[in-house]
Amino acid sequence: MSETANSAGLGGNVVLDVHELQTHLFTKWGTTRAVDGVSFRIHEGETLGLVGESGSGKSMTVLSLLRLLPEAARIVGGRILLDGDDVVQMGMADVRRIRGRKMSMILQDPQTALNPVFTVGNQLMESIAAHRGSNGTRESRANVKKRALEVLRMMGVAAPERRLSDYPHQMSGGMKQRVVGGIAIESQPRLLIADEPTTSLDVTIQAQYLRLLKQVQRETGVAILFITHDMGVVARMCDRVAVMYAGRIVEQGSVQEIFDAPSHPYTQALLGSIPRMEERVARLTTIEGQPPALYALPRGCRFAVRCPHAHDRCEEAYPADFTGPGGHTAACWLLEETWKPMSS
Amino acid sequence: MEADVLLRAENLEKHFPVTEGLVLMRTVGRVRAVDGISFEVRRGRTLALVGESGCGKTTTAKLVLRLETPTGGTISMEGQDIHALSGQGLRRFRTQVQAVFQDPWSSLSPRMRVAEIVAEPLVVNKNVSRGEARQRVLELLNDVGLRPEQADLFPHEFSGGQRQRIAMASALSVAPALIVLDEPVSALDVSVQAQIMNLLRDLQAQHDVSYLMVSHNLATVRYLAHEVAVMYLGEIVERAETDDLYEHPLHPYTQALFSSALPAHPAQQRDEVMIQGEPPSPLDPPSGCRFHPRCPFAKAVCAEVAPEWKEETPGHFVACHLY
Repeated sequence: MSETANSAGLGGNVVLDVHELQTHLFTKWGTTRAVDGVSFRIHEGETLGLVGESGSGKSMTVLSLLRLLPEAARIVGGRILLDGDDVVQMGMADVRRIRGRKMSMILQDPQTALNPVFTVGNQLMESIAAHRGSNGTRESRANVKKRALEVLRMMGVAAPERRLSDYPHQMSGGMKQRVVGGIAIESQPRLLIADEPTTSLDVTIQAQYLRLLKQVQRETGVAILFITHDMGVVARMCDRVAVMYAGRIVEQGSVQEIFDAPSHPYTQALLGSIPRMEERVARLTTIEGQPPALYALPRGCRFAVRCPHAHDRCEEAYPADFTGPGGHTAACWLLEETWKPMSS
Repeated sequence: MEADVLLRAENLEKHFPVTEGLVLMRTVGRVRAVDGISFEVRRGRTLALVGESGCGKTTTAKLVLRLETPTGGTISMEGQDIHALSGQGLRRFRTQVQAVFQDPWSSLSPRMRVAEIVAEPLVVNKNVSRGEARQRVLELLNDVGLRPEQADLFPHEFSGGQRQRIAMASALSVAPALIVLDEPVSALDVSVQAQIMNLLRDLQAQHDVSYLMVSHNLATVRYLAHEVAVMYLGEIVERAETDDLYEHPLHPYTQALFSSALPAHPAQQRDEVMIQGEPPSPLDPPSGCRFHPRCPFAKAVCAEVAPEWKEETPGHFVACHLY
């Protein structure tokens, strides 16, 4: 309960406020509603986990935030307020000004995020110089280098002076991901988007990296949007969780609420399908079938065909969002009796 | 117990030479990828090799599949050294051991239909004609949860989980005694992982096949494996029945590995045995116990003497000076 109160009244300002975001893909086969009315908020110092399986729309949501969408995709509705400024309405020059400064990102694979033909010092200092508008004088170059060393030390890189002249191939995956993280946090962004940053790392290295991200967050108050499909990462890292399914958020709440009282049948099934290290479960529950194609979405609930509790209503109309204990919300008709409809 | 053993590896060793120069290649070192390990796979059971990248688990799997030749030690199956096989014996071996790989997008030929993929091991190894194989293919597809009319589709028409089902059907076609599973579910979505893990269990019971599984996911291993061997820098440091190992991990590396694993619930606190740094290079492994530079309990002896195997409790083996 204390944790719920904590996340609800986290006190900090809202850093990111996404409201009814709609991003569609226009292809020759028709329109794909990849992100179809997604709303969430992240406060200062808070970590929100955006959870979903392939095709759920989590990556398209992130690309919309950064305005890095592929050509076929367009934001067709909604707002993305970063510190009150609407990213959707910005011109590209303004977007470029906030990318990497107010909002930065750590990608999944450090191998491809770094350029193999430049030293990591070169790449780190290039982005520092770009963020600061360094004028190339000897003094500003010295400052840039000083900052680079500071950042590497903050990311727990031992002997940073030596590491600056390393090429990416001379570093391990975990070390490279620390450099990538350093580039992302260097400008002291308000929002850090972490897209599965530890999936390619070994377990012990993953544990070190997650701990480091937490520490950086405590020191800088950065808001983190953590994209993952791993509920273990969510349990370790997140304050709140938003579960995505077929382009929409089906359930959102504090991490305790989601794990202790998952209320949407999809979330329940997802948690039931994860094997545990602590015990050998008799049999994992599975979700039969597959998510619907995003170009041919049903009228009603998108999970209905796979849902063990579906009834007629679910096929007729998409469920409204209902609010339960501790600000927990879910879009499911089953909750109509017990939870309150959400006022928007 | 002895009769149960299907496959036995003894002092298995694979060193890769590191060379320098293009023309006059001089050997300047050896990567000790697998360095004297012993294990057994029992009939109808699953042995999992767990460890982090570079620990040698994949090289071990390749040695069992004869995709690599050992530089020392032996792997025997039914009393015969598999690396000494030729002719008829080798053909028989190819039907006894099959493999399913991590990535079902690259492991299935995009230009073959499902029926051809599933029948391939039969046609190649057992001189069965494609026509004769058809009936068997349909049975296998049914076993792995696919419909008969899907036999004539191409792999691109399937999702990742379905592709992994096709790979299993193909592996089972020759009725093997052993299937090597290399991270069989790690490329799949969470809900699909559960489907495939349940399928692997069902197929094992139904076809009485053994699995040698390579994985870094400790939760998956707990669900699927009967026995687990933990590898570190080319060596097995601990080996036991799965439940015994997970409830009483003895080796400090195993403890660290388990405590680094992500929790199943946010409220869960572990007594963390955090280890610092990263595994050293297998090119120049540390003296004595290879884990000693990172071990929180290391003593003077650990840097000098490699620990012996001890059977600490029945069936639970560990190589550590603490025991």
